[in-house]
Amino acid sequence: MNQLIIDRLQAQFPSSIRGSEEFRGDLTVTVRTADIVAVAKFLKEDPALAFDMIIDICGVDRLRDTERFEVVYTLYSLAHKQYLRLKVLASEETPVVPSVTAVWPGANWHERETFDMFGIKFSGHPDLRRLYMPEEFEYHPLRKDFPLMGIPDSLPLPRR
Amino acid sequence: MALETLQRDGFLTARLDDVINWARKNSLWPMPMGISCCAIEMMATASPRFDISRFGSEVMRFTPRQCDVMIVAGTVTYKMSKVVRKIYDQMPDPKWVISMGACASSGGMFRSYSVVQGIDQFLPVDVFVAGCPPRPENLLHALIELQKKVATERTVGSLLHREPLYIPERPQEIEASKSANAGNGAGAAL
Amino acid sequence: MPARTTEESKKSQILAALEDQDTTVTMDDPLENEMVLNMGPQHPATHGVLRLLVRLDGETVTAVVPELGYLHRGYEKIAENSGYHEFIPHTDRLDYLSPLSNNVAYVLAVEKLIGIEVPKRAQFIRVLCCEMARVASHLVATGSMAMDVGALTVLLWTFREREKLLDIYDVLCGARFTTSYARIGGLQQDWTPQCTAMLNQFLEEFKQDLDEVEKLLETNRIFIDRCENVGWISKEDAIGLGLTGPILRAAGVPRDLRRDNPYLVYNEFDFNVITLTESDALARFYVRIAEMKESAKILRQALDRMPEGPVHAQEPKKVLPKKERIYSRMEELIHDFMLINSGINPPVGEIYHGIESSKGELGFTIVSDGTGHPWRMKIRSPSMTNLSALPLMLKGGMISDIVAVIGSIDPVMGEADK
Repeated sequence: MNQLIIDRLQAQFPSSIRGSEEFRGDLTVTVRTADIVAVAKFLKEDPALAFDMIIDICGVDRLRDTERFEVVYTLYSLAHKQYLRLKVLASEETPVVPSVTAVWPGANWHERETFDMFGIKFSGHPDLRRLYMPEEFEYHPLRKDFPLMGIPDSLPLPRR
Repeated sequence: MALETLQRDGFLTARLDDVINWARKNSLWPMPMGISCCAIEMMATASPRFDISRFGSEVMRFTPRQCDVMIVAGTVTYKMSKVVRKIYDQMPDPKWVISMGACASSGGMFRSYSVVQGIDQFLPVDVFVAGCPPRPENLLHALIELQKKVATERTVGSLLHREPLYIPERPQEIEASKSANAGNGAGAAL
Repeated sequence: MPARTTEESKKSQILAALEDQDTTVTMDDPLENEMVLNMGPQHPATHGVLRLLVRLDGETVTAVVPELGYLHRGYEKIAENSGYHEFIPHTDRLDYLSPLSNNVAYVLAVEKLIGIEVPKRAQFIRVLCCEMARVASHLVATGSMAMDVGALTVLLWTFREREKLLDIYDVLCGARFTTSYARIGGLQQDWTPQCTAMLNQFLEEFKQDLDEVEKLLETNRIFIDRCENVGWISKEDAIGLGLTGPILRAAGVPRDLRRDNPYLVYNEFDFNVITLTESDALARFYVRIAEMKESAKILRQALDRMPEGPVHAQEPKKVLPKKERIYSRMEELIHDFMLINSGINPPVGEIYHGIESSKGELGFTIVSDGTGHPWRMKIRSPSMTNLSALPLMLKGGMISDIVAVIGSIDPVMGEADK
């Protein structure tokens, strides 16, 4: 099944696939950032693939010099009982990724969480605001340059 | 001894403070500020096996206006701390706070950017309970310790403006009352 | 970094989001105003610290915006700074109603990353742990849902059953509640005959006690009226939102990871995947009750078929050795020292592994860079995804339905807020 996914994706989007690898039975496909919505739509609607459930979207901060962030989509196909992992890269200067909420409505909250934790903006998202941290919080906690104990006085505490 | 006088004379005498404290400590109604895992153990304390109502905490009223003791059970984050303080301020005097569990007492195992490392940074706490989560027997032990603390209060004196309440709530009020009493010369030192 | 909002433009984003949602109320409203009600984080019926902003037209709900984050403890950042073994106690506190299954989920993910397989006996014991955790969690879920709609007795009865299970955990793991029982490559300690006796007794009494609870509720006119046709969600919406667990199964999709992508030894057991089609609060309640009975079946089969053997995998460089060998043999001492100091050093790569926990699909994405700390650990929590269905489920309902719907979704905020 993994080989079938790669073959059909290569056939349909020959220029958008940047790479793929397989580790412990999981297939990871890296896609060009601008084409993610088209690839997602194809993956959902093609009957041989039918990835209709979005399980998870997370961000990873790789601390590279170029294209620092990755956004990882975990998909599931109910018909074929198969997982797939898609990856797109985003740079630090313009961390913008097209949103896939039009394809899978469940991506809404996952993308909000990624924005909250990493600062990656999703263009076309209906309601991009923070999910976990308070609205006035100014930093993005899961970036590698944010310390574990936080920045002092970044969150208010009531007086005793 | 008290029972003899009761049988003989038909009345008994006691200090008013003792009677008030006896009534208060045997009917401490908790306000369950149940936030995370310790809340489940608090629910287990209220369940039939460990039965907190035999200690007088018959009902867990979820409205602060009817409660005496707030049991903060669970990790308090910075976002939640404002809410906890607001609820505490809504409770009428006299009120006490039990900090249940490691997370409420000191931040627990969560040493991270969003967890308040101990609720005593913004609330006056009376009893700390250790454990992650504390067993229900542990929480009952804390309640008994709180009852012992309530038994040592002095309320009548404060009603007659002789002694201040045993916990100063707001520092500026103590300052104000000190300067007001300084003229009389009757104010006791804090 | 965005600047702090000034006092003048103080309208919060969540309120803007609430007023932005289009509504379907078309009747003439003589009072012509809608009210925003705050079901604040401290509320007896919100199953933890969940804040709901509800826009009301009289008693009808026109829009709901949930706000999470009141229990955000920073698990993922803590995971990046702690070793793989050190994170096991943290996983207890995720879905704190079924801590054993969270332990097993995390340990399975790490074992997939390392590429080791545990012996059969350990797998059977892990199945026992997962199913006991599922029963314990569903007991609380049904009890609280019934309590929220008014049937207080049911909560006390289900807690009585749960206490029996917690006694078994006490003997097995040493702790009633936050167990930290699973280890990478095995378990903390072996299953004992005393546990078998206790579990046998529990299973004998369980069917009868569950029947008592069912008799109270299943033909109860008040309960049915409060829960029927409340919180309906269509099958396509449920799949599109990524809902999992009893909610998806009550909507008609027979997805159960124990059957579809089996892990541990679930493919050797005989159990049914309960699927209903009504997709309302009552259907989810029935799914949970039926799942408890199926779990009892699995527990019986696992207990009867458990093989003898070791409970730790033979992988000295990755698995913590047993304590008595550490104190008496040199090799195990060195291995223990290396494992605790520098971590297990899995290969570079990333994996995802999900299990069917009581709330839905609990999954861990672990990105490893070869050192003892994970580079990134993402926890896929089912409660957060299930809560995103709240606005759809509550639109057009009444205020009193909010409580029934939240009870039927059964969120656990420790998991939803990570």
